[in-house]
Parts: sequence; structure tokens; C-alpha cells
Amino acid sequence: MNETDPYAGERLKKSPFYLRQEVLNIRNAWAAWNGYKFAEYYYDTEYEYFCVRNTCGTYDICPMQKYEIQGRDAEVMLNRMVTRDVTKIGLNRVAYCVWCTDDGRMIDDGTIFKLASDKFMLTCGSPCTAWLEKSAFGFADVTVTDVTDEIAALSLQGPTSCAVLKKMGLDGIDTAKPFDIMHFPFHGDTLMVSRTGFSGDLGYELWISPTVALDLWDQLYDAGENFGIQPYGEAATNMTRLEAAFIMPFMEFNEALRTVNFEHDQTPFELNLGWLVDFDKPHFSGRRALLEEQKRGPKYTLTKLDIEGNKPAEGSYIYKDKRCTREIGYVTSAMWSPSVKANIALAMIKTEHLEGELWAEIYYEKELRQYNRVVRCTRKQKPFWAPARARATPPPDF
Amino acid sequence: MSNYDAIVIGAGHNGLTNAAYLAKAGLNVVVLEKNEYIGGAAVSRELHEGWKYSNCSYVCSMMRQALHRDLDLGRHGLLLVPYLGTINFGDGDERLFSYHDEQAAHLELKRHSPHDADAMHRFQSDLTRYSQLIRKTLLRTPPDPTSLRPRDIMEFLYLAKQFWKLGEKEIYEYVRFFTMSAADFLDDYFENDLIKAAMASPGIIGTALGVYSPGSSYILLHHVMGDVDGSIGAWGLARGGMGAISAALAGAAQEHGAEIRTNAGVQQVLVKNGKAVGVVLENGDEVYARIVVSNLDAKRTFTRIMEKNDLPDGIYEKARNFKIRGSSGKVNIALSGMPKFSGVPENRYINRGGQGFTGSMETMERAYDCWKRGRWSDDPFVESVIPSAWDPTVAPPGQHWMSNFVQYCPPELADGPWTPEKRDQFGQTVIDKIERYSPGFSDLIVHMEVRTPHEIEQEIGLTEGNIFQGELTIDQLFFNRPFPGYGQYRMPVRNLYMCGSSTHPGGGVSSACGANAAREILIDLRRPNTVPEDDFYDE
Ligand SMILES: Cc1cc2nc3c(=O)[nH]c(=O)nc-3n(C[C@H](O)[C@H](O)[C@H](O)COP(=O)(O)OP(=O)(O)OC[C@H]3O[C@@H](n4cnc5c(N)ncnc54)[C@H](O)[C@@H]3O)c2cc1C
Repeated sequence: MNETDPYAGERLKKSPFYLRQEVLNIRNAWAAWNGYKFAEYYYDTEYEYFCVRNTCGTYDICPMQKYEIQGRDAEVMLNRMVTRDVTKIGLNRVAYCVWCTDDGRMIDDGTIFKLASDKFMLTCGSPCTAWLEKSAFGFADVTVTDVTDEIAALSLQGPTSCAVLKKMGLDGIDTAKPFDIMHFPFHGDTLMVSRTGFSGDLGYELWISPTVALDLWDQLYDAGENFGIQPYGEAATNMTRLEAAFIMPFMEFNEALRTVNFEHDQTPFELNLGWLVDFDKPHFSGRRALLEEQKRGPKYTLTKLDIEGNKPAEGSYIYKDKRCTREIGYVTSAMWSPSVKANIALAMIKTEHLEGELWAEIYYEKELRQYNRVVRCTRKQKPFWAPARARATPPPDF
Repeated sequence: MSNYDAIVIGAGHNGLTNAAYLAKAGLNVVVLEKNEYIGGAAVSRELHEGWKYSNCSYVCSMMRQALHRDLDLGRHGLLLVPYLGTINFGDGDERLFSYHDEQAAHLELKRHSPHDADAMHRFQSDLTRYSQLIRKTLLRTPPDPTSLRPRDIMEFLYLAKQFWKLGEKEIYEYVRFFTMSAADFLDDYFENDLIKAAMASPGIIGTALGVYSPGSSYILLHHVMGDVDGSIGAWGLARGGMGAISAALAGAAQEHGAEIRTNAGVQQVLVKNGKAVGVVLENGDEVYARIVVSNLDAKRTFTRIMEKNDLPDGIYEKARNFKIRGSSGKVNIALSGMPKFSGVPENRYINRGGQGFTGSMETMERAYDCWKRGRWSDDPFVESVIPSAWDPTVAPPGQHWMSNFVQYCPPELADGPWTPEKRDQFGQTVIDKIERYSPGFSDLIVHMEVRTPHEIEQEIGLTEGNIFQGELTIDQLFFNRPFPGYGQYRMPVRNLYMCGSSTHPGGGVSSACGANAAREILIDLRRPNTVPEDDFYDE
């Protein structure tokens, strides 16, 4: 332990990319994630947001939890844990998954990377060791290893991201389809690239040993110099993911294992993630409860809203009528979307009231005085932002 | 011979907006554009392979958000990206950086003048107050002051109410403000010359006025009343160039069924029994419609494509005397690399904003003196931006293009007509000015497009090259725009309308003129209104 710093025990850890981030975090806008010092933003949230939509940006995902799940039983074990059919994930492919308690309440969401027939990587927002070990219990040949600190990871998102990787010399990266994984030799190590991300736009995630993390950063930033590369933090991530209508823990859902009050957590059906629940595969955690829920229909449904006016409906209640006599839901995330030019939100709405009128009561402040408005909401079926380039292979250069 | 509900003459962004809203209401609309490309002054053309210039307008802030949202221009490919601060260059070594961050901006002003750093807060608050009022009128038809129709009276009451909310003192200030010079207005706040010059520069852009001329304070306001996503005064770039705005509007218009014909210049508006009935094209074709809408400026509409005898008495004269003096040039330069400016740190953010080759109040006024004498300014005010520093789609990676807006440049020279040689000399003046602040700049030049008011008039038909389709002085604003008595988009000949920047609220890429005109047309045709209102409940 560091003898000279009496506070060493409670200081935040630094990401393998920290030495570069420190220089670029001109505003000293730091937050924390899973014990890591983590940028809220670097220069300006709006600027960084637009880099993701207009050029490209990098988002440090080192603090994201990464687990290696290995062994002959790795696949069956994961298949028993998550709701999606893991046997359908192809080699060098990634799948978005959720996992639930026996009551079908969502513990977390994450991605599973199939790296070999007996080797997977699972990533998720919150630490999950206990649940993974519990899930592995009783399987003869499976080991779960927390590799969070052994893998440095950087997300590169935005329309010029493929052009940057090509410029960096990753030949053939443009042939990667969404959710594909490719490997490239890099400084005596291997750089793993997956065409994944949290922005709803064209993007990749880069996975590398921490020992060469700074080399990766430098090479990426050299290559990206003329393609508008810029680091972005939590604030811009939250904007882009909302436009893509992706859910966030402790915004859209309260992790089941950390929920105190009855049904203050959510089910995948409530979160519109029914498509991730596969009842045709063998038993999995939460199956019975989810089957029942599927039959009965979820109590709440996560809904995409386009809201009149331009004041974000943050923290608003949703009502069935303009007079606000009948409360039927609540907004989970809201913002003015600069790309879509709409006042967008995600809201949990009681399923039985989905079809009727929806009104949001919005509070806002103007020079210390509080104002409020009741405005009409329109349901949207598709994500607010879903450009064609996000799915195109090969992707365009911008 | 073809028959339509409406003909829109000109595919400028206002013509396209107008067509989109008329088509949205179910009308059968055709847009007739003389050029082979659409967009008018909101256009992006590739004149040198790999480079896409925004040939005329270059930054966007006035675009009405309500229209952008309502026509779903995002889906039609439009993305407006705000840009960061600007560097203002003084006559000598002084540099004024306008940082995006509030704290940094304040410290920078303080470096020049602690007094002005504080005064900036009051200045911004006052401007915002003025802007908020003006902004409320943008998507509304001005009331006719002589009319007793309920709609006009209601509109006056609405305005009176908005004014009243300012409080008595501010009403006086506001009225005073409209007739002031930018210099007088700024003297109320600032002491530092470079700060004043930087703040005054929007007051002369596109205008045949100087910083000391009465009326220039309104022009200043006209340039800062816009916003990007609610941040008033901010400017943005359209991804893909300003032409992306026109392309998105065209996409929306076509989606609603409008037809857009290029290479279809209109020679003459056909008038029968005092009513506009159609047009004759330059190729002799005739096109008929119930109504005709002109996107051309007022002078051009009534003196070029209409027969004097078809107009009521006095209109031709009004049009001829319409103040539409050209005063600006535009120099678009393709560069093999990013220019470096002396006295500017290699701050990757500040170098991605704009450059104001401002000099001083004195320099700007001298530049105006040249214009008065029929010469281009030998030390011009140049407002520049390097769109390729932001936009990956407008130049090859690592190479750039610089948009330079030049004040002043006269439509006619004292020593005889414009010639290509004179045009190039004018361009050289601009290069020389930039070179002074960026040694080696000329070595980077790969291609350039020099546009004097002469070219601007020839190519996009802005008479005298006036960028606003008519000056923005109080005698030509609001219900006086383009002429007193014709402030409601209906023109002196029945079934003839105007929808270009010659109408309220004037020049700039706002789509407001086109949308307002559509609203009036739909009222006359007894169709349901398709034009949304601006939404300002937060202001
Ligand atoms: C150099 C320059 C820089 C500018 N910079 C900015 C800026 O940065 N930001 C901003 O907001 N505004 C700027 N402006 C102002 C803004 O571009 C204009 O006010 C606006 O684009 C005008 O749009 P409009 O649709 O009203 O008219 P126009 O764009 O003038 O459209 C008129 C159309 O009619 C067509 N036409 C003309 N005659 C005929 C005919 N006989 N038959 C058929 N068609 C015809 C023209 O070709 C043109 O397409 C600038 C303008 C110029 C010239």
C-alpha cells in the first residue's frame, strides 16, 4: 500500500487509459463507475454528443465488468442463467442478454461474446461475481473469472468510426457485420474488435491488454485526427443511448438484487425486452415467472414518447387526462434530442392505459421560479435515432 | 401545358418550405427553378472534386425549430451541429477568444477588460430579452396596421401584450434600440475596442450600413436572435453543407407530393383579368395554376418577371425603389491542410470555431467607406469558418475548406463594370488579409471560388447580390416588408403571393417566410392550416 497517501484506500482506481484522459479532461469533470475514476465529460457535453453523431468519439468502458466463463459446461451454464438462447450465438459473435431472478425480475443486462465453443466473455454494468458463481454452482466444468482489470476496453462510436479503424490499419474491419468479432495482431498482443456499442449509431468496441492500452489510444487518436475523434463521457453517452432507446440501470430499471420494495424492480417484458426471452430453450432462471407474465401481460410497459414542447419531461408523471386526475406512469429518462429535434423520453406506463391519451406534467425553472405545463405525449414504436449506416456492411466512411 | 393548384417560382429554401406546406395540405404543387440545382442561397456545390462548398450561406441558427421538427427534416438527412467559439483578430496582435465554457469566456474577457467582462452579462441579458420578443413574431404574419379585420386586431393585441410584459422602461429601450447604430448601442456596455468590434460585426453582415450607421443595431439582433437547440445566439453548421437544408426541405416537399423542376426559369408571370394564372418559362412552355408564389426578391418579382401594365399603379415604382443594395462578397477556399494562425494556441477546440478578421471599429468603418465610394474594401471585415474542421463530409480527410464572408463589396464599381480580373483582385484582397494573420496561408490554397455581388446576382438571382433579398432596415421590416400595405404575403395582383426573404421576417435561412406565406395561402384557399406555431413556452 502507498505509505505516503493516507487516503489511498478510498481513492478511485485509474483506467489504463487515464494518462491520456487526464490531459484531455480540460474541465476536470470526473465522476465514478465501479470504483474507477470516470469522466462525466471532457470538454463539453454537447460537443461530445455531436462528435458521436457527426464524427466519432471514444468512451472508456474499462470500468464495465467483464467475466470470462470457460469450460465444457460454460454454454449450458450461461444458457441456464440468461433468458436468451446462448446456443444460437455463433462463434465470434456477440449477443445482448438479460438475466433474472427466479421471480423473473431483471438482475442486469449485458453482452455475451462467444470466443470459442467453451469460452465466453460476459460484460455488464454492475459487478456480478456472486450471481455468476451461484449460477455456475453444480456444473462440473465451468470457471468464472473476473477479467475486468485484465482487459482494457474502449468504445469507438460514430459515423467515421469505421474509417478511423481502416486508417489505423485494421484491414477487413469493414466486413464486420453488427455483433461480429474480429481479431488483429497489435504490438505483440491481440486486439479484439466487436461491432457493438451503446450509441445506436455505427460503432465498435476495442478490447486489449492493459499493457498496450496507451499504444492503442495513441494509434487510434493518430488515425482519428482527421476524422473528428474526441473522448466523451457519461453525459454524452446518456444522451446517445436515450436516442437509441437503450435502457440504463437505475434509470429504466432497478437491479432486482438491489431492490428493497416489492416489485420496484422490473421484468424483461416490462422493459420491452420480451424478444430476449426464449421459452423454447431448456429451463432458465425466472422461466416459470416469465411464462406467467407473458400470459398475463406486463403491469408496466417501457414506452418511447415524443412530447410536445421542448422542456425535457424529467421526473414527470404521466396522466391519462389533461387535467391530471389519473396517474398512469412515470418518465424514466428524458431530453431534448438535438439530432431528432424532438422532446423525447422513455416512460413506464401501466400497460392497460397504453392505448389511450398520454399527458405529461412537466416542471421547469426559469430564473428561480418554477413553472409547469401539461403537454400531450405521442407513443413511438421505433428508436428515436437509427441511421441506416448503423446496420450497413460495409459501412460508409462518414 | 400543365395545370397545378400552385406554382412556386424558385427553389430557394423558402420556396421549398412553402411548397412542402402547400403539398402537405393536399395541393398539387410544382416548384420551378431556373438553375440546374436547388437551394438558392442555401446551397452546397462541388466545384472542385472532393470539396463541397456552402457557396453562399454557411452557418445556420435562424432555422425555425418548429418547422425542422414538424417536417421531420432529420429523417430527410438534416443534422445541425453547433460549433464552438470564435477567434477575433485585432488590427495588431490582439486576439479575443470566445470560449464555449462560461468560466473560460469570462476569464478571457477579463484579460481584455475587467469592466467588459462584467458588462457582458448585462449585454447578454438585454439582447436575450430583445431576441425573445422578436422571436415570437417570426412564425406569425405581421398584422396590417390599417386594417380593422378581427385577425389583425387580435394580432396587434398579441403584440401589445408581449411588449407590455417587458415593463415600461424596456419598451422605451426597445424602440430606441431599433433605430440605433451598433456602435452607439455597444458604447452603452463596453470600453474595449476589440470586444466592441467583435460584438458589432454581426451588425454589418450583409448590410449596406456601417457600424456607426443608425439601424445597424437591429441587424446585430437579427444575427443573434436565432438559436441552436434553444441556446440563443449560437450558430451551427449543417452536416453536408447548407445545401443539406434545401435537400431535406425538398425531400419533405416531395414526400408530400410536390414536384420540383430544375432548369425551368420563369420568364413571365401570366396575369389575366387582374389575376395571376400561371407562368411562361424561358423555353416558352406555359404552366398554369390557381395561384402563383414567387420566391424571388420583391424587386425581381415586380420588375423582371412581371409586366408593368399588369401591376396596379405605383407598385412598379415601389419595387424599383425597394432598398436592396448589395454589400457582401464570399470567397470559398479549398485548402490542402489546416491553416495556422499567429497568436493562437494549438487548442484543438478553439481552432474548430470561426475566425473574425475584425480589426477594430475604425477598420470596419473604413471598410464601409470604400463601399460608399464604389470600391471593395482594401482592408475588409472577413468572417470565416472552416466547416471541414467539423464536418467529415465536405472535404477529403486532412484537407479543408474555408468559408470567408466579406464585408464590403459593392454591386457596381465606380470605375466601370465588374470583370473577372477585378473579381480576382477582390479575392486577392481577402487572401492578403488572411495571410496577414496566417503566414503561409496562400500556399495551402487548392481551389477557390470568388463571388462578388455580381456573381451572386447572376447565379442565384439575388438582386444586387443583397443577401437578405432586401435590406433589413425598419422601413422595410415587419408589416412594411416588402412594401407598406403588402406585409401579409399577398401581392397586388390577385392569386399572387410572395414567400422569399423579401417578406417578413426577412433574410437568413429560417424557412419562416416560406411557412408564413403557406399559412396565408391556405387561409385564402380555405384549406386547413398545416403550418405549426413556434413553441416558446419556456422563454
Ligand atoms: C453570400 C451569402 C451568405 C449568406 N450567409 C448566410 C448565413 O451564413 N446564414 C444565414 O442564415 N443566411 C445567410 N445568407 C442569407 C440567406 O442565405 C438567404 O437570405 C436565404 O437563403 C434566401 O432564401 P430564399 O429562399 O428566400 O431565397 P433565394 O435563396 O434567393 O431563392 C430564390 C430562388 O429563386 C431562383 N430564381 C431566381 N430567378 C428565377 C426565375 N426567373 N425563375 C425560376 N427561379 C428563379 C433562384 O435561383 C433561387 O433558387 C447568406 C446569403 C448570401 C448570398
